[in-house]
Amino acid sequence: MSKYYVNKFLFTVDRNPDYLRRYTEDARTFVATWEQSIGPRLNDAEMSSVHSFTEAEREALINHDYVALFEMGAHFFLNLTIFIGIYDEVFMAKSGPLAFQKEFALRLQDWRDKDYPSVAT
Amino acid sequence: MAQLVATLASTHHPFYLKATTLPPEQQMPQAAEWKRKVEAYRETLARTKPDILVMIGSDHFHQIFLDNCPQFLIGKAPRYDAIFYNEEREFGIPKYVLEGDEAMSGFMHQHLMDQDFDFAFSNELKIDHSIICPIITVRPQNDLPVVPIYTNIFAPPLASPRRFYNLGRAIRKAIDAYPSDKRIAAIGTGHLSLELGGPRQFMETGPDPEFDHRAIEWLRNGDIDAILDNVDHASMAKSGNATHGFLNFILMLGVAGPEGADYVDNLDLFHTMEAYFTWYPKESAA
Ligand SMILES: [Fe+2]
Repeated sequence: MSKYYVNKFLFTVDRNPDYLRRYTEDARTFVATWEQSIGPRLNDAEMSSVHSFTEAEREALINHDYVALFEMGAHFFLNLTIFIGIYDEVFMAKSGPLAFQKEFALRLQDWRDKDYPSVAT
Repeated sequence: MAQLVATLASTHHPFYLKATTLPPEQQMPQAAEWKRKVEAYRETLARTKPDILVMIGSDHFHQIFLDNCPQFLIGKAPRYDAIFYNEEREFGIPKYVLEGDEAMSGFMHQHLMDQDFDFAFSNELKIDHSIICPIITVRPQNDLPVVPIYTNIFAPPLASPRRFYNLGRAIRKAIDAYPSDKRIAAIGTGHLSLELGGPRQFMETGPDPEFDHRAIEWLRNGDIDAILDNVDHASMAKSGNATHGFLNFILMLGVAGPEGADYVDNLDLFHTMEAYFTWYPKESAA
């Protein structure tokens, strides 16, 4: 398991309008590209060989599955912000302000009175 | 020596600007009241005529990430760009450029190191909404140089509440010791109970209104003992997964000293309690 690498995915994609668009339009292709050439980047010149996704992490990212990502301990701020970026306007047009945020909360209701999965990395 | 003229601690609500500048017919019902409260709060800073702002906030994974994550960091740069693409996208906050004050940043850094606070630093720091939100609310003309300080309230393990308070005390000592005739205001932002990316987010109130009311009373009374007796990382998590932003309020109480606040206001908004505190110094901490 690499919570760090999942967070790195969310962090690098949320901050980059081109990546975010590609992840929105075709998540499966974009996740493959990210694993091949974006995720391993340490900086402009250096590559890192340290991290990789588990199958479950890869599937959760491909499926925009924020519930699974929450349950794996992805950081709550990154997990929320990126999917607001993808879904806020669509939900707002259909159901009004904060509709996506409320749906997100609703789908996590089983966790309400439990200790949440740790976001420590 | 420099003079601390005011300590401000408030929540930072990234939607304030958007909520209060939409066409009136699209504004939320509380927008006018919110604007009134913020403008009254702004006056608590303006009347002290500050020359430099020491600003305490927390990067939300904008410049700082988990590959290199400092607990406490000070900016030391001639100026600071502000607001990242994803904040513009989500909150509608425009870009800013803030003037820095390298002399005071350098003095502050050394003084904090001498007090055993081993700060990380950055000579090229882009600032996020945790510091721009208070610029928008209390100094929208953005006409003063800043010394930015970032705390980690996001990536565990976090420093203890006591450490945040003691850091506030140390920042106060550094301000009091700064050899300058400048008037300094310290402005920090954080959160009361808050949930983000969890089952209690975006409810009608914050996730723990009872905590919010107790926290406001503790700060109103400057009651650091009650805070340290009642607040730890586990209790904050119970009040909402992003409640650790309260640590910055504890830090600001450290800057002010354990005294009652001179100005207290709050506003119950959807999903969060807004709160605004100002302390005027009675005596120096040194
Ligand atoms: Fe925040």
